[in-house]
Amino acid sequence: MEFDFAEEQPKFLMLMYGLIAFVAVVGGLLLLLDVVPAWFARRREAQLVAASASGAPLPRRRQREGFLALFFLLPTLLLLVVGLVVPAIRTTLLSFMDKDSDQWVGLQNYGWMFSDGSIVRVLVNTLVWVLLVPLVATTIGLLYAVMVDRARFEAVAKSLIFMPMAISFVGASIIWKFVYAYRGDEQEQIGLLNQIVVSLGGEPKQWLLESPLNTLLLIVIMVWIQAGFAMVVLSAAIKAIPADIVEAARLDGVTSWQMFWRITLPSIRPALIVVVVTITIATLKVFDIVRTSTNGNYDTSVIANEMYNQAFRYGENGQGSALAVVLFILVIPIVIYQIRNLRQQREG
Amino acid sequence: MTTTTPTVPTGTQRTGATPTRVGRVRRRLNSPVASLVSIVIAVVWTVPTFGLFVSSFRPEDEIKTTGWWTFFTNPQFTLENYQEVLFGRSASSGQLASYFINSLAITIPSVLFPLAFAALAAYALAWMNFRGRDWVYIAIFALQIVPLQMALVPLLRFFSAGVTVAGVQVLPAWDLVDEQKFAQVWFAHTCFALPLAVFLLHNFISQLPGDLMEAARVDGASHPKIFRTIVLPLITPALAAFGIFQFLWVWNDLLVALIFAGGNDETAPLTVRLAEMAGTRGNEWQRLTAGAFVSIVVPLIVFLSLQRYFVRGLLAGSVKG
Repeated sequence: MEFDFAEEQPKFLMLMYGLIAFVAVVGGLLLLLDVVPAWFARRREAQLVAASASGAPLPRRRQREGFLALFFLLPTLLLLVVGLVVPAIRTTLLSFMDKDSDQWVGLQNYGWMFSDGSIVRVLVNTLVWVLLVPLVATTIGLLYAVMVDRARFEAVAKSLIFMPMAISFVGASIIWKFVYAYRGDEQEQIGLLNQIVVSLGGEPKQWLLESPLNTLLLIVIMVWIQAGFAMVVLSAAIKAIPADIVEAARLDGVTSWQMFWRITLPSIRPALIVVVVTITIATLKVFDIVRTSTNGNYDTSVIANEMYNQAFRYGENGQGSALAVVLFILVIPIVIYQIRNLRQQREG
Repeated sequence: MTTTTPTVPTGTQRTGATPTRVGRVRRRLNSPVASLVSIVIAVVWTVPTFGLFVSSFRPEDEIKTTGWWTFFTNPQFTLENYQEVLFGRSASSGQLASYFINSLAITIPSVLFPLAFAALAAYALAWMNFRGRDWVYIAIFALQIVPLQMALVPLLRFFSAGVTVAGVQVLPAWDLVDEQKFAQVWFAHTCFALPLAVFLLHNFISQLPGDLMEAARVDGASHPKIFRTIVLPLITPALAAFGIFQFLWVWNDLLVALIFAGGNDETAPLTVRLAEMAGTRGNEWQRLTAGAFVSIVVPLIVFLSLQRYFVRGLLAGSVKG
């Protein structure tokens, strides 16, 4: 049978509805915004005329802006409340309830998390991810940024490392799963990693089945994706270091080693912090890689994956919600640190 | 080789970094160690993708019995994998053409809505005076940290059961079927994108010259007029940057689609289908390799052609803060 294009028509129709809705909502809002101030302007004019005639103080302008601003903010605020704020509060409540969200169970779901051995394993895995990925990805990104800076093929070299950013986590997982692919001892290997092992005289391994090695191999995928991000941001920061500072340091006769630690690193410190924080948060929420590569089996699961399993596969809403809350709690200190840094930067 | 990837560069940091500082100051890279290390990194970063790409053009039994590197000694080329994975109709083939269309139908509105809403909100937060402005901005900024996992369960219930307050049905269930479920996905993606979008666009809009706004105000232009005629044209690069960002995010997303789009070929995007194929048909490499490339090609084109905007947006968002 051939692919039937006619079957796909309802989708395009739906897409068209979506686009029409977009034009209607945004266009309607802009139109409304044009009409409302015009009306107010007329009223204000009338007030001004009246005020100047009677000698009363001029009416304030502020209130009107507040009203108008509400319209600008309305869609965003509405969607954020409905789609994020209220659900987040509900999830917090659900985490104290049983799996059908009927009865309050207190801290039972949190107790479960730290008593069930497999979940403790999940928490430990997440910790390993969060410690390793930002560190390794940032180090590689920084190294690479420094090394290709002003090199001959800089643009191409950077694109190569940056490219994985465009690839989905799912696609990246398939790419690496192919690298880790396993064939029995007697067969020819099709996975690059096993081929290298075999040609060095080793035994081929089922990489993704062996804990804890498999978690490290999944971390490689995340590093592979995130290093490009680190590299681009840090490279821009390095280029922004004023040339006269570098020149002055050179005239003072510092070694390149000192230059790196005393000039380059302090200069790019804000960018470095941003990179580490961003990658850390992304790593905490990593889901796609684990799900695509191992589905969380063989001791590789992480919080986000377990949360999905509990809430959407086993129907354990309470336990799933508790895991989501833990994820949230883990993000908070990182963000507070980030905000404090931003504030220092602004003041400084 | 891949297992040592993280450790090799860390170990060579000392030897690699030192000559490179010299290189930078001399405005030329002339250290062999640095060149070597950067070439190694570049190779490790490209070879896996390249291997998959080569494999996707090899016949099935070749892929399954020999490594892709044998292609260079024994080249055999076929497009059958793509034909099969895109248009094949058997349940085990990919039917990816269908999912490809789903990905498109999900992505386009999911980029447009947050872009428009966030631009409006960012303008109000940057250039309009009203009480509590800073607090609203901080609140939206803070929402960035709420992991979307926190919203999934209740939001799904919001779609399927509506809203009831104290036993009274306030909002009905959406009751969407088949391709109508796209609307759920659009809604979810828009909500989740807004905090970052407002933050990025606010960074950009608030840096527009105040004199310009002042002059327009003095000339009697209203806020909506300033927004449309002055601000929008000026922030096009920022809009493009966030647009690309959001496009990549939505196209590559798995979690939101998995929960709100369902798993069949009516609504599920490519990522969902590929993840499923990797799980159940993990050894059908002829389909996985070609399928992965079908999903990669669109973001890659967008990314490579608009990289400049993307990088600029990334930097505006992360470095300036």
